[in-house]
Amino acid sequence: MSGGFTKAMARNIFYGGSVFFILVFLALTFDTTTALPKRDNRAAINETVTLGKKVWEDNNCIGCHTLLGEGAYFAPELGNVYIRFGNSTEAIKGFIAGRPKDGIPGRRSMPQFNLSAEELEAIAQFLKYTSEINTENWPPNIQG
Amino acid sequence: MQYQSQAVAKPYFIAAIGLFVGQILFGLILGLQYVVGDFLFPEIPFNVARMVHTNLLIVWLLFGFMGATYYLIPEESETELHSPKLALALFWIFLVAGALTVLGYLLVPYATLAEITGNDLLPTMGREFLEQPTITKIGIVIVVLGFLFNVTMTVLKGRKTVVSTILLIGLWGLAIFFLFAFYNPTNLVLDKVFWWWVVHLWVEGVWELIMAAILAFILIKTTGVDREIIEKWLYVIIAMTLITGIIGTGHHYYWIGTPGYWQWWGSIFSALEPIPFFMMVIFAFNMVNKRRREHPNKAAVLWAMGTAVMAFLGAGVWGFMHTLSPVNYYTHGSQITAAHGHMAFYGAYAMIVMAIISYAMPMLRGREAANSEKSQIMEMWAFWLMTVGMVFITLFLTGAGILQTWLQRVSDNPEPFMVVQDKIALFYWMREVAGVVFLIGLLVYIASFFIGGEEKKATA
Repeated sequence: MSGGFTKAMARNIFYGGSVFFILVFLALTFDTTTALPKRDNRAAINETVTLGKKVWEDNNCIGCHTLLGEGAYFAPELGNVYIRFGNSTEAIKGFIAGRPKDGIPGRRSMPQFNLSAEELEAIAQFLKYTSEINTENWPPNIQG
Repeated sequence: MQYQSQAVAKPYFIAAIGLFVGQILFGLILGLQYVVGDFLFPEIPFNVARMVHTNLLIVWLLFGFMGATYYLIPEESETELHSPKLALALFWIFLVAGALTVLGYLLVPYATLAEITGNDLLPTMGREFLEQPTITKIGIVIVVLGFLFNVTMTVLKGRKTVVSTILLIGLWGLAIFFLFAFYNPTNLVLDKVFWWWVVHLWVEGVWELIMAAILAFILIKTTGVDREIIEKWLYVIIAMTLITGIIGTGHHYYWIGTPGYWQWWGSIFSALEPIPFFMMVIFAFNMVNKRRREHPNKAAVLWAMGTAVMAFLGAGVWGFMHTLSPVNYYTHGSQITAAHGHMAFYGAYAMIVMAIISYAMPMLRGREAANSEKSQIMEMWAFWLMTVGMVFITLFLTGAGILQTWLQRVSDNPEPFMVVQDKIALFYWMREVAGVVFLIGLLVYIASFFIGGEEKKATA
């Protein structure tokens, strides 16, 4: 890198290129936020779903599971768990409520979180809401 | 050491290494839990150990970046630090807040921690990497703002160099994008979109500026190559970083409810993200080849070249491997992601911090330029043990990821997650063995600080 290419030119590419692509990114983000209402299932968000997301966060579910593929890779994907469990919120609630307190010898086991009936319903409704987000057909199949 | 106030870097570096040890110990716990599912259950469930592992990583890297900044800014600005006292006060605040947060993770259930820290007032917890209680997040903002005030005042009163300017842009960007950690809407898609403004725009954006600036500083000091040449390289590298990396955020917007056009934007721009990392390799090797002096600190030069190479492999190559959307459709959120994350963080960020520690610590401990030859040889052994350990961690996770992707997502009869996990357990065992090698390397690294002996002198 010598000859005609000067430090000033390199600096201008840095500042000019960065500002330009920040603006492009902001424009795309703006367009995304206007397109989201048709995709993100926001109509389904109610008080129960809101509580469900709080239960999800307050128990750090993302520390083991993925949700729409993001999170930890220790336990199954939950973005489509509602569908995997036969479109049943009852099955989700039963699974969470039935976790053994002391785990399963030698195997991975979800902790017993001692959720109330209201919290169980909320987390199940939150996962149902999540399963109805338009994710461009991800995951590839029911197994997540 | 040219300026007295550079000494504040020392406690930052020591804390960074200490927290690094904690991170690796919890990494080994996690690795074992992958194959012995009930290990430490229910006392330390996987999610708690993982939170400690990733949060310690972030905090020790921040300690490392701050220490690096306090060390190099006075030298670049040719003036004492604005306030060494503020730097030391912030060190203790950050360390105590960090320790309390980790103790909180370990001693009380996460839901209780959320409750007693007032998460209901401003819910920000329970999101990957942003698990810290809201009050800890506010504390991080205060510490970082105090730190930025201190170094910005120093730069303003002294000489302005490209290295210090780029470093400051990176650090200010770090602070600004962290503010998105406080935005947590109920709408999961919006939550995820802006969560990436912290995570992606940190590690594939402004942190690369910090890395490149520190690397440039080390190369200026150890090779004696003309600053003009190094600064030109620095500009070109970080220009490519931001030109590719900002829109490259789109590779996280494929499957989270965002519009399908992100598959094009994300694939094309993130496919170019390896370019700045490759340029860093060329840069580091070129500068070392054209060196105009023989710096006695060979270990620091090894770390500097190592970080460029490993960042290119981990972030560049392993990132590219699963960044195109048709590939990512199958690999998203699998062990492939974990493989990439491990080598990228080690190569780009753990190693750049160890490079600056390696360069600066001898001076901070009262030597002229370098440790004894014996100490350096031990440090280089540590370099190779940790680096080879990480290469194998990455390869075994990649093997696990390929099998997982095949069995669970590609084959004609996709199998359930846990069935697949059992089938690939051998790879997890091998990963754990590689992790033990990494830990041994880290212990050798720490031991190298306690090897005395006559200071190595420049040969030329």
